[in-house]
Amino acid sequence: MAAHRCCFPVWLFILCSFSLFIIAGSQETTVAPEQHASVLDNPQTAAETAEQTAGESGGVEERRWEGTEVRDAAAQKQAEPAVLQPTPQPKDDFQEELVVRPLHSGDIYASFQFRTLWETDFMRGNKVSHYRLFPKSLGQVISKFSVRELHISFTQGYWRTMQWGQPYLPSPPGAELWVWFQDSVTDVDATWKELTNVLSGIFCASLNFIDSTNTVQPSASFKPLGIGNVTDHRFLRYATLPREIVCTENLTPWKKLLPCGSKAGLAVLLKSEKLFHSSFHSQAVHIRPVCQDWQCKTTSWELRQTLNVVFDLHNSGQGKREWSLFKMFSRTLTEACPLASSSKIYIDITDNPEGEQFELSPATSLLSQAMVLGDRRTFSVYDLTQQDTFGSVRSLNLLIRWKSTEGDMLRPLLHAERYVAGYGLQTGEIHTLMYNHHPYRSFPVLLLDSVPWYLRLYIHTLTVTSKGKDNKPSYIHYQPSKDRVRPHLLEMLVQLPPNSVTEVTVQFERALLKWTEYTPDPNHGFYVGSSVISSLVPSTVAMDTNSTRERPLFSSFFPCKEESSYFVRVYTEPLLVNLPTPDFSMPYNVICLTCTVVAVGYGSLYNLLTRSFQIEEPSPGLAKRIANVIRKMRGFPGTMG
Amino acid sequence: MKTHVLFNLFATFLLADGLNIEDSAGQFFSSGHTNNWAVLVCTSRFWFNYRHVANTLSVYRSVKRLGIPDSHIVLMLADDMACNHRNPKPATVFSHKNMELNVYGDDVEVDYRGYEVTVENFLRVLTGRLPPSTPRSKRLLSDDRSNILIYLTGHGGNGFLKFQDSEEISNVELADAFEQMWQKRRYNELLFIIDTCQGASMYERFYSPNLMALASSQVGEDSLSHQPDLAIGVHLMDRYTFYLLEFLEDIHPASKANMNDLFKVCPKSQCVSTPGHRTDLFLRDPGSVLITDFFGSVRKVEITTEAIDLTDPIKEVEERPANGDVHKEMHSYVDQLPVSEIIHQNGKLCATSTNKMSLCCFHGDVSECEMQLPRGLGVEGPP
Repeated sequence: MAAHRCCFPVWLFILCSFSLFIIAGSQETTVAPEQHASVLDNPQTAAETAEQTAGESGGVEERRWEGTEVRDAAAQKQAEPAVLQPTPQPKDDFQEELVVRPLHSGDIYASFQFRTLWETDFMRGNKVSHYRLFPKSLGQVISKFSVRELHISFTQGYWRTMQWGQPYLPSPPGAELWVWFQDSVTDVDATWKELTNVLSGIFCASLNFIDSTNTVQPSASFKPLGIGNVTDHRFLRYATLPREIVCTENLTPWKKLLPCGSKAGLAVLLKSEKLFHSSFHSQAVHIRPVCQDWQCKTTSWELRQTLNVVFDLHNSGQGKREWSLFKMFSRTLTEACPLASSSKIYIDITDNPEGEQFELSPATSLLSQAMVLGDRRTFSVYDLTQQDTFGSVRSLNLLIRWKSTEGDMLRPLLHAERYVAGYGLQTGEIHTLMYNHHPYRSFPVLLLDSVPWYLRLYIHTLTVTSKGKDNKPSYIHYQPSKDRVRPHLLEMLVQLPPNSVTEVTVQFERALLKWTEYTPDPNHGFYVGSSVISSLVPSTVAMDTNSTRERPLFSSFFPCKEESSYFVRVYTEPLLVNLPTPDFSMPYNVICLTCTVVAVGYGSLYNLLTRSFQIEEPSPGLAKRIANVIRKMRGFPGTMG
Repeated sequence: MKTHVLFNLFATFLLADGLNIEDSAGQFFSSGHTNNWAVLVCTSRFWFNYRHVANTLSVYRSVKRLGIPDSHIVLMLADDMACNHRNPKPATVFSHKNMELNVYGDDVEVDYRGYEVTVENFLRVLTGRLPPSTPRSKRLLSDDRSNILIYLTGHGGNGFLKFQDSEEISNVELADAFEQMWQKRRYNELLFIIDTCQGASMYERFYSPNLMALASSQVGEDSLSHQPDLAIGVHLMDRYTFYLLEFLEDIHPASKANMNDLFKVCPKSQCVSTPGHRTDLFLRDPGSVLITDFFGSVRKVEITTEAIDLTDPIKEVEERPANGDVHKEMHSYVDQLPVSEIIHQNGKLCATSTNKMSLCCFHGDVSECEMQLPRGLGVEGPP
């Protein structure tokens, strides 16, 4: 009996421990895969981007997933025959180029252009779902908002035409957006509003501030730069935000639109710390339909991303007239973008035919000529798709060393300035000056001015004078502003006489805004966007009108219809105008003052009405008075007589 | 016999505990969230408030480093310091003197900047009541399993935070916004950090569950700035966020540091002000909450052993160019400045328009077109 009794607890103990071990064992097997899953996540995301790693991820999976080994091998066998099928011919093409132009002031101008051409049709209900080189975010924007052309630019700094010449791609300070919509759009204004919101998310800019108070519909300027037959200006919208800041947060999404990103090709040079430490920085995106071939029966979509930067001699150059890729961008080039069909660097050596002005190294034998900005320019070309461009060190660092500082720059034929004249905070006058430096030819210019509604223009004071005499414009389009709804729009076609200055003046009056309409820093002032001057300037050499011949990108931006002139767009400075600003601390001051006055006035009145008078004994002697004071100090009420 | 049974039961209990303690510890530390969001706001404008932008960017940097992607971060900076013309090193924002650490980086995406950072926009982002055309990067698309980190910095007072020197948000508004978020199930747990003067007053009024709050100073105290940089000329960081950044630099995605360590950041000896925290509305014990539950994005995955059959790859539908179609119109580029067309286009418009003030044309003779001067200002154009 006793032996049986002492066996029983032992059996109980063994049974309990056994059952516990079984439970613990099953739980361990569920804990272990959880830890392995987070490691598995990483190789799986890598497998999505490249087909080559499919085999590797299968291997990783095999190590982790013992149970599904057979199934993985079967899946791999299924994947292989798909890869062997012939891939369809890609219909998109990517080119990149960099143009470097040493300027006579010692600064250096670098212009990047990245172009993607894609033969597809976004319109007419086509649903495009497979994107290769063309960025998907922009493709969806084009199809959703029925955009025919889109031009957006972000600029920091002002282009100094007289010191630097004409830029390859002009842009005004701040942000500028102009869009041509397809004629299938019924409500252009609503589509425009949605488009600006979407673009503000894509480019991390406050483009949502574009509304009816700064949007205009030009009637003659900003004709489409792409192909098309319809030019009904109802489908055009133009807006600028002169206050918009450009910084790394705008460059980051811009770089993400490139096929190679900022990892290969010319885009590795785009480092924000150097790009924003410059006199002028402008990045832009241009989308338009272009001709595919000389017959021009089919259209392709062209996306151009451009970045223009001017490095200052004293800021970035440390005063020495010697520039290299490393000094400008703190990087050198090691390879071209593998997805690019052409990747080239052009150095403008037109002013340096014998090498007497500056010296270029490493030397290159490739030369190219192009008709750009009305002049025939010669360029040294470096082709990055050729391996021997990089030399034995396998990196390309161009060096431009100046030898002499002689030589004058060719004066640009068209140049414009704008300023505000007057004094005080009530009235003023806007002066726009347009210079024609051609010795004997006159040419027409189209001036577009968009002035915010709070500067009330007096159009009856508009005068246009050249060489002291009245110059009547052959076309004026003026749309008056409406308070808080739309701005002024003034467009004029003026013929500029040769070798002259044409001055356009108009007087204005400043409006008083409602106190909620002021910005948080109203004493900074309010910006007026740049004027746009579009013109056909006579050229010194015959321009190339054949639009489909292989040309460098920088010379094929503006379409050329005739040989004797080229199209140019010049932007003036934006204006900074002070509006009469109230003192925002006044509500607080008024409340304090009013309350004080009321308190003092009411208090006195109350006292007068309710104070009761008591008869007081005649004043006692001095000793008694001192005693009274001491009594009062000690807190006893009443006085001794 | 009784003692034997008792002893055996006790032994089994110990054994059971020993086997289960690891699992229970794992479950004890797990949180119920599946995704992480961060809303980082700097509310100050002007160059001398450089440190507030540096504060926000240093938290942004830590949060990105620990795994939260840009699509899940709403970054609001009220002014631009990096490309400000007074910045001697453009496109940089430093947090340590002698320009040691550039918190701005090369890969930053700011969602709300400049004048867009207002009280209204901040509350709309929190509650999700944004206009329909707002892009995704500007929205807080959280759900009921999201852990959200909210960081505010700027100038504040007892019960309010100043936005851009022109408006304020009060602690009552903030508490109501969080209650709206709770009612709409927009968060699972929320960590609120504020680095302003008298910051503790901002979390006094909270009343929604699952909120944990930290502040850099108590009511009546000022939060002080850390150190100036003589080259840049302004103070670079605030003390509380400086020491918070140093603490976060030691955290990596697999770190097991918990909230009690975060409460110890910046004691009074370093911060001069007394940092405070509030955990009474939080359901879990702060010691069991990992730092990476809010600052990082550590994903929890459920493994499934089911297999999925992949279909054959979808072939791209080739558009056959119709050979019989030769009637395609020939496209051409548009003339950029068609002078004669422009001059004559107005002729048609002038004749049809009844309101002569909006359009006018000069054909050499002024009398051909009656240009009326605007009688008043802001007169309406053509309908």
